[in-house]
Amino acid sequence: MKKSSSMIPYLIWMALFIIIPMLLVVYYAFTVKTPEGITWSLDNFARFFEPIYLKVLWRSLALALGSTLICLLLGYPVAMIMAGNAFTRKNVVMLLFVIPMWMNFLLRTYAWLAILERNGFLNVLLTSLGLPRLNILYTNTAVVLGMVYNFLPFMVLPIYSVLSKIDKGVIEAAGDLGANPVQVFTRVIFPLSLPGVISGITMVFMPALTTFVISRLLGGGQFTLIGNLIEQQFLVVADWGFGSAISMVMIIFILLSMAIMSFFEGEDKEKTLW
Amino acid sequence: MVKFIKRCYVYLIFVFLYMPIVVLMAYSFNDSRSRGTWGGFTLKWYVELFQDRTIMTSLYYTLLIGVSSALIATIIGTIAAIGIHNSRGLKKKMLMNITYIPVLNPDIVTAISLMILFVFAKVRLGFLTLLLAHITFNIPYVILSVLPKLRQLNIHLYEAALDLGATPTQAFWKVIIPEIMPGIVTGMLLAFTLSIDDFVISFFTTGSGVSTLSITAYSMARRGINPKINALSTIMFVSVLVLLVIVNLRQEMEQKKERGKKNGTKKQNRSYSPEFDNL
Amino acid sequence: MPENIVQLKGVSKTFDETMALADMNLCIKKNEFVTLLGPSGCGKTTTLRLIGGFEQPTSGTIWFNGKDISNVPSYKRQVNTIFQRYALFSHLDVYENIAFGLRIKKLEEQTIRQKVSKMLELVNLKGFEKREVDSLSGGQQQRVAIARALVNEPEVLLLDEPLAALDLKLRREMQHELKNMQKQLGITFVFVTHDQEEALSMSDTVVVMKDGEIQQIGTPEMIYNEPANAFVAGFIGESNIIDGIMRQDRLAEFGGAQFECVDVGFERDELVDVVIRPEDLALIPVEQAKLAGVVRSVTFLGVHYEMIVDAADGTAWLVHSTHMEPVGTKVGLDLAPMDIHIMKKVSES
Repeated sequence: MKKSSSMIPYLIWMALFIIIPMLLVVYYAFTVKTPEGITWSLDNFARFFEPIYLKVLWRSLALALGSTLICLLLGYPVAMIMAGNAFTRKNVVMLLFVIPMWMNFLLRTYAWLAILERNGFLNVLLTSLGLPRLNILYTNTAVVLGMVYNFLPFMVLPIYSVLSKIDKGVIEAAGDLGANPVQVFTRVIFPLSLPGVISGITMVFMPALTTFVISRLLGGGQFTLIGNLIEQQFLVVADWGFGSAISMVMIIFILLSMAIMSFFEGEDKEKTLW
Repeated sequence: MVKFIKRCYVYLIFVFLYMPIVVLMAYSFNDSRSRGTWGGFTLKWYVELFQDRTIMTSLYYTLLIGVSSALIATIIGTIAAIGIHNSRGLKKKMLMNITYIPVLNPDIVTAISLMILFVFAKVRLGFLTLLLAHITFNIPYVILSVLPKLRQLNIHLYEAALDLGATPTQAFWKVIIPEIMPGIVTGMLLAFTLSIDDFVISFFTTGSGVSTLSITAYSMARRGINPKINALSTIMFVSVLVLLVIVNLRQEMEQKKERGKKNGTKKQNRSYSPEFDNL
Repeated sequence: MPENIVQLKGVSKTFDETMALADMNLCIKKNEFVTLLGPSGCGKTTTLRLIGGFEQPTSGTIWFNGKDISNVPSYKRQVNTIFQRYALFSHLDVYENIAFGLRIKKLEEQTIRQKVSKMLELVNLKGFEKREVDSLSGGQQQRVAIARALVNEPEVLLLDEPLAALDLKLRREMQHELKNMQKQLGITFVFVTHDQEEALSMSDTVVVMKDGEIQQIGTPEMIYNEPANAFVAGFIGESNIIDGIMRQDRLAEFGGAQFECVDVGFERDELVDVVIRPEDLALIPVEQAKLAGVVRSVTFLGVHYEMIVDAADGTAWLVHSTHMEPVGTKVGLDLAPMDIHIMKKVSES
């Protein structure tokens, strides 16, 4: 089965469409166009430290962390309940959970517009109950809501996957050795579920940090997160240098987070999609 | 009692997940444009949807890109996966890392990097660039779907085929490919789905009026609620629902057949469970 | 007279539609090595799990040291379990696995260290404290499981087919070690296995089970030499089981002849099962024998020869002997009255 020649199409493709573009990003990030020509410079990165941009970074981090935390708090119990005995037809429950994920991401986000706007479903419901209206749209809350809504399944599934593989015997053993149900959770189940938790956090935090659709649709035109900033630099302002610099910062950030995560993961596990 | 509370919690989460979709579906039949009032049941938005040239064209492009990029990515990816599977050491590590780059990169970074490439190479943004971009982000997912199947593959199968007189090429097509086919199919479906669902990468790499469904929906959504989008959402949701239910039913039927073959001892399911209920 | 430490009174257990245990009554004495023996699905593991508290009886009660513990959850019972696949905590190293129960009890660090050390010595794993459990061999993992359970000084240790995953040589070694441990520590062992040799070699008492019911309780010798019914006879060791008729007390008719035997209590001309162990049959010249046949096959098993002798009435006798006759020879079979076991016919199941 020695088909080393089969690698060639793939290598060419990757070089062309992954490696070179990334190198171009690096190039643009580190160069500046001056009247004299192109020079190497760190100006693009320096701009990042202006207060207005730092505020954007800070806000993106805060919202991403917040959403990740909410997803974890809401999602872990879901994963546990689904992996336990509360439901007999687990396949069906799993399926129901996965179906919304398959809906187009954009339309799912759009749906919240219909609910949160001034005359949207939420307010219709509230006013019919005699309660005051809520103006959630175009606020931090709306964006966080959108993030949690979109990314919750990505937190639940890895945790569920790990939990369902725990050998029932281990849980009984813990009980056998004197641990009450709470202790069984804190000392055995939760530690064993950590790889799933870390997977989940990874799959929520990264997209949450770099989204621009959710902030644009649910946050409004003036609501800027890092993703929107990058979009602006490339499509509106045409400052590719700055845009690339921000992208590089993002990449470094993500690589750092992955390094921290793999520190917690420990041994070299086989990489699969989940 | 505890079980009841647990079920309720999960049901609540389900309500949260499905509510927006259900709301959209309800509004798609609303005769009045405003979300505050119910104007009566109507199908006119659906009619307008199908008459909307922009939307229909983008649907066409979406499906076309989806199918073609999935096919091409599957071919390149499967061959690549075999190559990766056969390599060792540093080479293999490097290849795996390169494969992971598009997966780990935020899609906006992949998007702008590709855009930079195309503009730099003075290629006009349009159908071709869109297709190339989609193939690029699909290939890694195909590889990641096929590799596990390759790992599970019993090397002796290939050797058995050779032993029985097959040439390496024959052995490859008659033994290897059929064995890893489930991985290939999964990869292809995954690629198709990702392609259909993609927004960010398409947004940055398309031009010349070539739009996908997501892009069209985005432009319409930025202008506010549009009942045609509600109708579109409903149709998409129903198709996804039907598709998934069919797939799931087929899986269950196949599992039942497998169980039927193994008559006799019922093995106790020893993975995870009842102790959780004591919490 | 050693008292009963564990008692099951009228215990039944039903899972969905299946009745795993039917009205079981069992007394386990202190310091006893009791083995629950039987084929898959006979209810032995269920019984063990009921004692451990992982299942609740559908009806009946379970008693421990004179107290009803039927509704006491497992973490409150003074029993510890060795699980079939060991169920070690993969996120903890060897030391922490063993210390788990002690930490729950909130013992002092010093005490924990002492006890764990002693345990590691007992199971021959000194120096393994910091090892990851996934990196250990099957035998080593099993010893960690044993240490983890015993360090809590339970009054009763439950063992669920603990040797099933080990290779033959290791199994034999562990059988000796476990037996010694039990004698040394003086605690009650309740052992579950489907391997009858294991049961016979290790136990003080054997409980043979089938389909949720106890077939016989007794010492290994009793079970082997005086099986209570055809099932036990067939399950323990090899047997020849043939149809016979009890003409009267101490007189059985089978294979076309009448034989003196030692069993009483049957009706005249009652149809019975006759059980004879292969090693109890001796080869003698045809003229001197009441039973005769032709040797069909001979297999050398090292310890003895195993031969199948076809009698005229169609019975295929299994014979174990150090004496051998080649295939095709007409031979006679000799047996002593004591070695003829008569059992009442049970309903076929």
